[in-house]
Order: sequence, then C-alpha cells, then structure tokens
Amino acid sequence: MAAASVIEARELSLTFETADGPVYALSKVNLTVHDGDFVSFIGPSGCGKTTLLRVIADLEQASEGHISVNGMKPDEARRKRAYGYVFQAPALYPWRTIERNVALPLEIMGFSAAERAERISRNLDLVNLTGFEKKFPWQLSGGMQQRVSIARALAVDPKLLLMDEPFGALDEIVRDKLNQQLLELWGRTKKTVVFVTHSIPEAVFLSTHIVVMSPRPGRIIDVIETKFPKDRTLDIRETPEFLKVAHRVREGLRQGHSYDD
Amino acid sequence: MTLAATRSRPSLAGAFAHGSTLPVTIIVLIVIVIWYLAAIPMNRVLSEPLIAAAGGGLGNTLSISWSLPRPVLPAPHQVLIELWNTVFIVAPWRPKSLLYHCWVTLSSTLLGFILGTILGVGLAIAIVHVKALSRSLMPWIIASQTIPILAIAPMVIVVLGSIGLTGLLPKSLISMYLCFFPVTIGMVKGLASPDPMQLDLMRTYNASTTQVLWKLRWPASLPFLFASLKVAIAIALVGAIVGELPTGAQAGIGARLLNGSYYGQTQQIWAALVAAAVMSSGLVWLIGFIERRVALAMGGRP
Repeated sequence: MAAASVIEARELSLTFETADGPVYALSKVNLTVHDGDFVSFIGPSGCGKTTLLRVIADLEQASEGHISVNGMKPDEARRKRAYGYVFQAPALYPWRTIERNVALPLEIMGFSAAERAERISRNLDLVNLTGFEKKFPWQLSGGMQQRVSIARALAVDPKLLLMDEPFGALDEIVRDKLNQQLLELWGRTKKTVVFVTHSIPEAVFLSTHIVVMSPRPGRIIDVIETKFPKDRTLDIRETPEFLKVAHRVREGLRQGHSYDD
Repeated sequence: MTLAATRSRPSLAGAFAHGSTLPVTIIVLIVIVIWYLAAIPMNRVLSEPLIAAAGGGLGNTLSISWSLPRPVLPAPHQVLIELWNTVFIVAPWRPKSLLYHCWVTLSSTLLGFILGTILGVGLAIAIVHVKALSRSLMPWIIASQTIPILAIAPMVIVVLGSIGLTGLLPKSLISMYLCFFPVTIGMVKGLASPDPMQLDLMRTYNASTTQVLWKLRWPASLPFLFASLKVAIAIALVGAIVGELPTGAQAGIGARLLNGSYYGQTQQIWAALVAAAVMSSGLVWLIGFIERRVALAMGGRP
C-alpha cells in the first residue's frame, strides 16, 4: 500500500543543553508515517517518545536533521493547524462547560456559531458524550474528561491526531474501554494517529506500526508492523499472533537496555 | 465552600450556638464592658470637679464620666447617639450629616479603586508579556509602596492643587497609588498561573497572544484578581481618608476626623471611625459577593 507519507523524519536529533551537560533526547531518528496509519511510540521514560511527538507538533524544535509534517515544516504545519493534540492530562479549562471546551479551538480558528454548534454535537457524539454539553469538567470522571479532550482535538477535523499517553493516568478497566473506542473512532474517521504509550498491550492492540524506542540517547530500535484486522476487539489479546508481537516489542526494549537501571 | 452554611438550615438558636454569631457577640460584649470601664479613669481630669460638685458617690461618678460633652474617651452610647443624630436626624445632603461625608469619601474611594485596578491590571498584563519589564518595572513598583503615604499625600494634594486640580481627583489618585499594588502583584501571579499544558494547547491552535490572554490567562487569573481587589478596596478607603487630611478638610471622613480633633469632639471622631469601618467591611463584602457570583458562573463547585 503506497499511501502518502504524513510524517517524514530523517536523521532527526534533539539535544537539550542543561546545567549538568547536554541531554541527548533524540539521536538520528528516521521515521515515516503514512496516511491512515496508527503508529505507537513505546519505550521507557526518557527514551524521547514524548519529545519526538512534541517535535512533530512544533512544541519543541529539532537541533539537527529534517522533519516534515504533511509535506511542510512543523511550524508551518502548526500554523496551518494540521493536527490535533491530546495531552497526558485532559487539560480542560475548568471555567468552560464541556461544549465550550470543545468550542475552544473552533473559537480561536474563527468558525461561525452555527458551524461550531454542529461540530460540537458531532464530535461529542463521536466520543459518546452527548447529553453532557452543559456540565463542567469537575462533574465528569477522568475517563470522560479525556474523551472530551479527544473530541476537542477532533473538532477542527485534523487529518493527523497526536496523542501523548492520553490514557496513562486512567485505571486499566477504563483504559481498555477507551482503547476499544479509540480504535472504532480511528476506523470510522480514517485519521492518521501517532500515539505515545508505555504500555505494551495498549501499543500492540491499537497500532498498525509499533515504534520501539530506547533511552540515552533517545533512539528508535525497531519498527514492528502488525496485521490485525481493523475491526479487532480486546479478545485478540489472547491470540498467539498478539503474544508474538508483544514478545518482539519486549525483546526490542531489552536489546535497548530499557530494563537496565 | 462558602455556600455549605446555607445548604442545611438549622434552627435560629442552633445557628447562634454553632455559627460565628455567639463568639462574635461575646467579644463585642467584652469590648463594650472594657470601653465603659476605661472611660471612667480616662475622663477623670474632666469629670473629677463635676463629680465633687455633685457630691461624689458611685452613681454620680458613672453618670458624669459617661455623659461629658467633650470627653477624652466617649462612652459607647455617646458614640451611638452621635451616629444616630448625624445619620438619621440631619438631612443627608447637609454638611452636618455623616452620610454626606461618607459619600464624599466613598466617591473618591471608588474612583481611586477603579483607576488603581485598571492601572494594576494593565501593569500586570505588560509585565507578564514582556520579560524585560518584570525585571525593570517590578523594583520600582515595590519601591513605590515603601514610601509612607502620609508623607507623599500632602505633596500630591498641593502640587495638583497648584495646577487647579482639587476635590475628587487628587484624593482618588492617592487611593489609586495605594491600591494598584496588590492588584499588580496578584495579577502577575494570576496571569502566569495557567500550567504549561494549557499554554501548549493554545500553541497547537496557533492562538494569538491576545487570544491566549482572553481565553486562558484572564479567566485563570480571576481568583487572584478578587483576592487582590478585597485588599485593594480596603486600602483605597484608607487612601481617600489620608487624602482628605491635608486639604484643609472641607468634607469627607478624613475631614470629620480632623475637625473632631481640632474641637475636642471625640464623639465625632469615633462616629467617623465607625462609619469608615462599616463602609470598609461593606465594600469588602461586596467584592466577596461578586466573587461568589462569578465563581458560580465559571463552574465553581457549590
């Protein structure tokens, strides 16, 4: 399948200068993400997976190498609002109701009131939160809040969805449910998703491509392509193929000395 | 939060026993008793010949000590009578009415408070957005508050008076000078209070600085703003009273204080002080009331 490449990174490096000397957050990263892919970055803390996502989003700038997002430089892509970003925490504005939180990017980008109303109801429906429009964030559970933040990211209808450990703070039961919902959402909207996680089952279950990363310096060790059907359910986690892929991810992490102290 | 008290409605007696009413009442009673007792020795110089002339005795001592026309320390009921006469008996537009003087002070307090809030918020917005300003401006802002206001107030009044500015505005400027400070300090903190994630979110939307200010920094800063405004409005009143002292004191609470001390009218001084305290707590309460309404509208937990 020769889909157009959405993200293209070549020999990408990022070094933070700190008081204790340079920190090599990313070192010579090569990566291609194609249209419609679901790509997960997995690795231990400090492997640069979040940093790589932030470089794609132009929240950090690479020190060396080349990266393009939708064929543009990251800052151009950001200015053109090419992506939606979901953070580790919901980062909802507590003084806005759910619908007005989803409306935030739409207000900033100057959508008409009618267009805003239509997109709010469509995207809240997409994350199964119809009926919660007038609630304030504190009235919702953590999982619901994170779904609101996904609706907010989808509201501007970006082709690319960047997600930074969006379910990391949630318990496993809620996480399983949201993984299933995210997968359905991805199948329906045909977005390209880049997803940061430190959970092996989550990465294997969700992804078309798993990017295994390792720290000091932050680098890519392995890229594993999975061939699970698009309409998979949580049951596939018991299948031999699933365990084989999970094993390969674990092997990759071991090779990268991710389990050493 | 603060509304918890209204949710369950206990009986009046219960509220009296469990709320703050009982302790406050006890303290007030203790203060009144001490006040009456203190009035006896403090007025002794004036009362002694009168008591002797009346034939002495405890009854005469008490009644004379507590009813002198120009006492050193007037008894509480004398202050209350003065308050009653100057608030309810005299028409409010006459200069003999305490309400008239309250209004004079209140108007310059409010004008100074509004000016000070605008200045304070404006400075805070500038400081938060321009790094260089926080280093260059902050020391001056802090230094401005180390100058005693009593020293600077007469100069402001005299200088402005010499260019024809008298009345409301010079007094308001002194209020403004005092009350912009807590607003600036609070708002610098408040406008910088959004966490990095909320700011990153705005960056991913490519939001302009103005949009970040109005959609994120400003709403996030409101709790800080109201905390500052409560301090600001109380010291705006102090500023207005101080501003009335050097003007020759034609009108206002400050004028009443000064007049009272010129003519030994201590009841007048105490009545003016009570009026200032009532105004001050009323203004702080008003800010708190608005704060609660705003917090509710902004999704605060009841």
